[in-house]
Amino acid sequence: MRQIIWLLFQREWQLAWRRPGDLLNPLIFFAIVITLFPLAVGPEPQLLQRMASGIIWVAALLATLLSLDGLFRSDFEDGSLEQWVLSPHPLTLLVLVKVLHHWLMCGLLLVLLAPVLGLMLALPWSVMPTLCITLLLGTAVLSLLGAIGAALTVGLKGSGSMLLALLILPLYIPVLILGTGAMDAALQGLPVLGYLLWLGCLALLALSLAPLAIAAGLRISVSE
Amino acid sequence: MSKQQIDVIELACERDERELFSAVSFCLQAGEVLQVAGPNGAGKTSLLRILAGLMPATAGDIHFAKKSILAGSGREHWRRNLLYIGHAPAVKAALTAEENLSWLCALTQPVGREVIWQALGQVGLRGFEDVPCRQLSAGQQRRVALARLYLPGAPIWILDEPFTALDQAGVLTLEQHIMAFAASGGRVVLTTHHSLAHVAGVRRLELGRVS
Repeated sequence: MRQIIWLLFQREWQLAWRRPGDLLNPLIFFAIVITLFPLAVGPEPQLLQRMASGIIWVAALLATLLSLDGLFRSDFEDGSLEQWVLSPHPLTLLVLVKVLHHWLMCGLLLVLLAPVLGLMLALPWSVMPTLCITLLLGTAVLSLLGAIGAALTVGLKGSGSMLLALLILPLYIPVLILGTGAMDAALQGLPVLGYLLWLGCLALLALSLAPLAIAAGLRISVSE
Repeated sequence: MSKQQIDVIELACERDERELFSAVSFCLQAGEVLQVAGPNGAGKTSLLRILAGLMPATAGDIHFAKKSILAGSGREHWRRNLLYIGHAPAVKAALTAEENLSWLCALTQPVGREVIWQALGQVGLRGFEDVPCRQLSAGQQRRVALARLYLPGAPIWILDEPFTALDQAGVLTLEQHIMAFAASGGRVVLTTHHSLAHVAGVRRLELGRVS
């Protein structure tokens, strides 16, 4: 069991490393959106600070959604998913490793990039820990929930990404509200622990239930 | 009669409310090779996918060792005994032949590097072990997938168009390998448009004939 997790992790790592574009596109999108805002709305620090948490969170949410569209596509098209479904190993475990790897590559890099972009939006250093922790927990939920949509829409040609956005965006809203709520509280110097615990709960819930839904979605997509 | 007999009972398949086939029944003993034949769209691939357990059947049942493989513990047992190579051969273009093969094996049972190199040698890919598959030709990529047949493993093979893109020598070697596998007690279900009439001992199942 441990061996297959390690081998899958290795395979995903090799694949990501040899196609760096898939990995960098969401990050570049995230950086570009946030850089354009000060240019568009003007450079006043008060205004930017007021909007910063919203901008960063919306950009992170859309960047995650963008990266998830292709999560299972190539495995579906070249027949790898058929082999996964037929494998004696539990499909839930395989997809969990795959999604966690995706989150490590995409979500973690977003988290590392966020404080730098936050400075550009005049966020004070004192709120950076809150920004990083909310994004870390939040992107995990976004990746896991989004993967359910990606699994269900992987077999659709053309309209898949549109449908994915429609399916998944409503589920993203609680994460968005909690994330920006925590940031607003931190900016006003209020305690943020409650928000973080809520996000942690959502992350644990997604971690335990989403793999079952992802595996079921992939089974449906493969059997079509 | 072997206990591990495969019985396909009155199997039917519908796609988009169109009947592809119905009342398909056969049984497969150890050492038998079954070629599923029929015109395009007759449901050959669908039959193989149902048999592999990837697609639900509209009606009918499949038994292996007296247990239905469509649900429960019978399905688990079936999967452990099965090697399925589909139309899309599950070869990743970004990975090398060796990496592809070792991952595909790891999904069922991990094997060592030596064994993988040997299998790649047997399909004529010696010297290509470290080449990313995107740089290989279509036939060579097919050979990477087929190298799984040269590894120790499942006693039942389900092969969808295994001869696609292979050259004449490759086809001949594969035919011989399939027959040798059957002679050693293996079972094979395959589809191909390539005639296997000259190979002795291949049973044929015709789909899509007006009856």
